Amino acid sequence: MKRNENKEGIKGMANPGRYGIERVSYWLMRITGLGLLAYFIGHIYETSSILSGKAAWDSMLELTQTTQGHIFLTLVIGMCVFHTANGIRLMFAHGGIGIGKPTRPDYPYLPHSMNMKNKLCIYASIGIAALAMMYGLSVLFGE
Amino acid sequence: MADTQIAEDQSSAETSTSKIVTLRIAKSNPEKDSVTKFESFQVSYERWTTVLDAILDVKKHLDHSVAVRYSCRQATCGSCGMKINGRPRLACFTKISELDSDVVTVEPMSNYPIVRDLVVDLEKMFDTHKEMKPFMVREDTEITPNSRELLQTPEQVEEYIQFANCIKCGLCNSACPTMATDSSFLGPQALAQAYRYVADSRDKGKNERLKIIDDSHGIWRCHFAGSCSQVCPKGVDPAMGIQMLRGYLLGFRK
Ligand code: HEM
Ligand code: SF4
Ligand code: FES
Repeated sequence: MKRNENKEGIKGMANPGRYGIERVSYWLMRITGLGLLAYFIGHIYETSSILSGKAAWDSMLELTQTTQGHIFLTLVIGMCVFHTANGIRLMFAHGGIGIGKPTRPDYPYLPHSMNMKNKLCIYASIGIAALAMMYGLSVLFGE
Repeated sequence: MADTQIAEDQSSAETSTSKIVTLRIAKSNPEKDSVTKFESFQVSYERWTTVLDAILDVKKHLDHSVAVRYSCRQATCGSCGMKINGRPRLACFTKISELDSDVVTVEPMSNYPIVRDLVVDLEKMFDTHKEMKPFMVREDTEITPNSRELLQTPEQVEEYIQFANCIKCGLCNSACPTMATDSSFLGPQALAQAYRYVADSRDKGKNERLKIIDDSHGIWRCHFAGSCSQVCPKGVDPAMGIQMLRGYLLGFRK
């Protein structure tokens, strides 16, 4: 019999509150990646409606002209900007770039890979995503 | 709670400096059933009292059945890892005063089978550690009579020495979000040790190790959430080692 490994499971994986901003960024990256994937599939479905003629295309477009549609699109803008900006940071980090270098450890052992540069990039990604969303809102609702 | 008890104060003259904390201990015995019960105890502590001290205090005076594993009491043996107020820590290296809370909850670390109460089974981590070939891989050795010592510059030592600090306590694997869902993931402990030997100028086993970790449940499951490095009590920074290794595999590093 397989022993119960007492895995934390999805709840533990998702909980972004315990381990600092890097874990939050991990969580946001997942959510936004999956959100974008869902949007992308929906987007193909939406645009393929043109094959059924102009009327079908127009009625599809009207979905985004509502208040809910605007809010949804604003979320997509936010997801897109955060995912791209943080994704660029991660592509460097995953190659071992910008995460500090090994040293002789001294107490209190601050991990160099969790450095200020990375933290600032995460906050900046969240920040410009918020700015882009505000700009999106002003364009969508300010017409 | 009704069964809350007060430990007799053992300290001598300076009782005025001690405070009282509620210690909640998770008790379970998987051999019997899958129930986890929390028992609360009132324990007095000083500024320097560690969580392990408090647990042993309970064990000595209030409930001798509490299962806890420890040995060195100085963050060296790696046996006392447990979840303290929701985060994996060494009980002997965590002072109650630094937790800044009136209630201290101790549970067994996540992502390992529970033996009993606070003790988890680290066997699988040790096995995965061994898979990384945690030894010098090279043809000659320092001990054959005609060969010379394998000299290193201080700079060459710095390349790996922080990773050699690992005490195999398993806190990193317990904090890792991939570990939380993937039973086959190698985990930060093993991957950091793969890097420790790869980065050692005396070692020639880089390609062998890279082949082992380049697996669907290997290094690619790391998403750099960094929680391993946040909880490591020895400054190993497994997350850095893993990204460095990935640098080799992706061709960013030679
Ligand atoms: C220029 C734009 C983009 C960049 C720079 C980028 C970068 C990245 C990176 C580096 C990761 C890996 C993160 C990790 O290891 O945790 C990732 C994950 C992912 N991305 Fe993107 N991405 C971009 C656009 C997109 C788009 C348009 C979609 C959807 C169609 C998408 C969907 C995903 C998904 C589903 C994941 C997996 C998330 C996870 O497992 O945590 N990405 N992206
Ligand atoms: S890397 Fe750190 S947290 Fe992980 S087993 Fe080694 S000492 Fe413990
Ligand atoms: S008792 Fe040895 S590490 Fe805590």
